[in-house]
Amino acid sequence: MSTDTPAGPTDEPSRAELAARVAELEAELSELGEDVAAAQTEDKMVIVATQGTLDMAYPPLILASTAAAFGYDVTVFHTFWGLEILHEDHASELSLSAVGNPNLSVPNAVAALPGMDAVTSRMMRQKIDDENVASIEELIQTSLDTGVDLQACQMTMELFDYEETAFFEGVTTGVGAATAFQEMAEADIQLLV
Amino acid sequence: MSSTVDATETLDVQGQNCPMPVVKTKQAVDELDADGVLEVLATDPGSVSDIAGWAESADEFELVDQSEDGDVYRHYVRRTA
Repeated sequence: MSTDTPAGPTDEPSRAELAARVAELEAELSELGEDVAAAQTEDKMVIVATQGTLDMAYPPLILASTAAAFGYDVTVFHTFWGLEILHEDHASELSLSAVGNPNLSVPNAVAALPGMDAVTSRMMRQKIDDENVASIEELIQTSLDTGVDLQACQMTMELFDYEETAFFEGVTTGVGAATAFQEMAEADIQLLV
Repeated sequence: MSSTVDATETLDVQGQNCPMPVVKTKQAVDELDADGVLEVLATDPGSVSDIAGWAESADEFELVDQSEDGDVYRHYVRRTA
């Protein structure tokens, strides 16, 4: 008879121990189930907005407010020129340049003349108004109203010397790349604009 | 053209463009009681596909009807829960 097999019934777990272990595992399983359900229901989108020209300000805000309508938890992290979109005094004055822009039918030599950026921007803004496309301020307000978290990158705020009060009310400040990254890691959709 | 759907509320987004028809529809249907129906009047041709797509993914809302009446698109969205 071998001696290396565990001897005696006393080493076997008792019925009560097994029942306790089963109950423990069941509790763990139900907790996991809840986590999975939560992960499935909380749809999340994160957009990093890096551009501050009139044309590039639109996509992040349009997608953000639309995703919010789809029930998504939405964060837009504004960094570098993207910060201009959130600036209360600059948002209505975002401009664009016809220089090097083949989509605008102005020759570069003309587009480069002093004051031409202002003319191009005014024409674009007029067109936006004529076609009943929402203004940037309207989209910002709508985004905030529908629960979109508009964040201003703290590092860029320091770089551009912007105070917290320079931004629209409701904008989140005091956030950095780590916060943005963490949110991106949890998100279903991540976009860099 | 008249619709057979009885609406409890009406949202007029005529003249407004993407993304406003969907965004404002969502804001308006959130205010409905269960079984309430929102009628949306829009002139944006994109609203037909946008509102249908949105309603399909929404748990608590369903698209009851869509119709075109000249330049006006009518959408009917019911709150199911």
